[in-house]
Amino acid sequence: MGRTWEFLTATRGGARLHWTDWASYGYLFLGVFLMFFPVVWLVLSSFKTEADLQRYPPTFLPYQQQTITLDGHADPLPLFRITGGEHEGMILAQLRRVGLQAQMIDPANPEERLQVSIRDYERLERFSLATENYSDLFGRFNFLLYFWNSTFITVMATLIMLLTNSMAAFALSKYRFRGRTVVLLLVIGTLMIPQTVVLVPLFLIVSELGMFNSLWGVIIPGAATPTGVFLLRQYMLTIPDEILDAARMDKASEWKIYWRIILPLSAPAIAVLAILAIMWRWNDFLWPLIVLTQSENFTLQLALNSFQGELQTQWSSLLAMTVLTLLPIAMVFMFLQKYIATGIASTGGK
Amino acid sequence: MRWPGWPPTSRRRWPTRSKGVAETKGQGATAPAPPPEMTALRGAGDGFALRLISPVMRLVEIPMIALQRLLGINRLAWVFLAPNLLLFGLFAFLPVILNVAYATTGGANVMLADRPQIGMGNFERLLDCANHLDPNTCREDKFWRAVWNTLWFVTLQVGIMVGFSLLTAIVLNGKIRARGFFRSVFFFPVLLSPVVVALIWKWMLQRNGVLNAFLDWAGIGGYNWLVDAQWAFAWSVFLSVWAHMGFYTLILLAGLQAIPRDVYEAATMDRASPWRAFRRITLPLLAPTMLVVLVLALIKGVQTFDEVYAFTGGGPGTATTFIIQYIYEEGFAGSPRLFGLSAAASLLVAFVLVVLTLVQLWVNRKSVDG
Repeated sequence: MGRTWEFLTATRGGARLHWTDWASYGYLFLGVFLMFFPVVWLVLSSFKTEADLQRYPPTFLPYQQQTITLDGHADPLPLFRITGGEHEGMILAQLRRVGLQAQMIDPANPEERLQVSIRDYERLERFSLATENYSDLFGRFNFLLYFWNSTFITVMATLIMLLTNSMAAFALSKYRFRGRTVVLLLVIGTLMIPQTVVLVPLFLIVSELGMFNSLWGVIIPGAATPTGVFLLRQYMLTIPDEILDAARMDKASEWKIYWRIILPLSAPAIAVLAILAIMWRWNDFLWPLIVLTQSENFTLQLALNSFQGELQTQWSSLLAMTVLTLLPIAMVFMFLQKYIATGIASTGGK
Repeated sequence: MRWPGWPPTSRRRWPTRSKGVAETKGQGATAPAPPPEMTALRGAGDGFALRLISPVMRLVEIPMIALQRLLGINRLAWVFLAPNLLLFGLFAFLPVILNVAYATTGGANVMLADRPQIGMGNFERLLDCANHLDPNTCREDKFWRAVWNTLWFVTLQVGIMVGFSLLTAIVLNGKIRARGFFRSVFFFPVLLSPVVVALIWKWMLQRNGVLNAFLDWAGIGGYNWLVDAQWAFAWSVFLSVWAHMGFYTLILLAGLQAIPRDVYEAATMDRASPWRAFRRITLPLLAPTMLVVLVLALIKGVQTFDEVYAFTGGGPGTATTFIIQYIYEEGFAGSPRLFGLSAAASLLVAFVLVVLTLVQLWVNRKSVDG
């Protein structure tokens, strides 16, 4: 024990831990708790039955009341362990509860009715995952439809964005033409126009183009981002021009240079941008809220938000749906968090 | 495909700001010459993705070659720029102009031709107040409530968030084991969607939720947080800080790591106390990054909508209604749809954002020039 402790508290210099180190680790572990516990709690709760969710104080793990089906009773009867009184130690099934008294029967002897005070029993439970919360989503709610809408928007918007942004970045980094500075200033200018301040006219333009209440109305307006152009341009500037000249010598067309040389060489930057775009589109909320008003066009985020109004009491489905919405992003995070971190640090967010 | 020094593995090698053609050429000159096989481009870097897009790209190549013959190489740049510029024009610049048109007209029609001109009427209506500090005396009291809520929210949220981000970044910059792990822990909520964040905390904070269970157990006693105006506001600030803190921590950590080690070594030689080193070295050298972080946080804070809307719906009452929610509700959620009022309010917000963005660009330029 002592040696383990020594090993754990050893530092690289061989010195003992200073009190500031203790404070640092304390702070960090508090952070781990604060950041992860709510998510863990959400996932655990999503596996609880509606009855279990109503329980107060809540249990940490999902439990289900054990039941038994007896002849002569249509519904399964809940089982209780008797902790006091004359029937102490027995396991009885409850027929009904009247005030503080419960009418119970012994499963071994179903004919005899027993009276037990409710102070003298406790629920017989076992650990069990309520997976029906999840299967319900596919049956009763149109979860797959929302999932498809979200996926379609995310994939299409990301592809269009990567294509247009990389083309623009190529032109801005590899050509010397009149008006280049003006275009660069225009791109900087769009940085100052976030969607949130042009909602009304954007709504008019999108309706005029016939994209109101259509998934394309969400995809197209978000496709051109100044951030993407900047990120890719900065990377393409580092690609030596000699490669392009060599390709031109070999009679490669400009379009070929773009997609056979520049695109593959900027793959790292494109990957970063792709991850960012997927994240933005998947989590997008305000603009889809305005454009998509019919529930068959809802994205997952919209569906979640509208369900929390309708299903105020039905947390079980809502929690399961939240977990499924969170899952793709959590997966992306686990595998690609290094790239996301560098991408965000280099672009300064959106 | 790879040759030494390319692609640049460290972000530092990327030019932080474009310096136009000269830099491009300079970079080209210093970069190692490409190996001979690079001239035979066929098959180079043929990844799965490339093979996937190549039929489409080959098809596009036919008109592009024709255009190249027609325009010449340098003017072809406009063709490459065209799709992006079209999108920018249609969905960024045109809306700005139309926004002014909407703000100066009244009525509930979407079509601009059907809307009566009312000049500055919308702005007068928004700004008409006996006492601007008291929303009850204003004609559009909801607007002013939203403005004051947003101001309070931004002040609290940015202050608390940047403070905690700085603390976290400093802790992470120390001699810490598993730094990568802790960094990603703090970063994790940044990726969550606003609605998910809101639902997670709604579930934690509900009357029979886990926080109240803990408080009851500890003997403090639970509380119905979200029906109390002040607590709902406080928790909105908390939720926002929780969700976005990791992002700013990341930027500040990068700023801290850019401070050269030898400055600290010199301070240690001079027997400066750690506190003094922090105040006299870390803080001044981190100031440019801090400024960037502050302005970024302000820009985003003013635009707060998603998570708080999904969390409280703006309530109870108007306790957590912010300015973007006001714009959304006037223009899209209510009836009649007051597009003019909504556009006027968004122009006011746009003005604030433009000022903040200009500050940001100016700060960026200053910090890059050193």
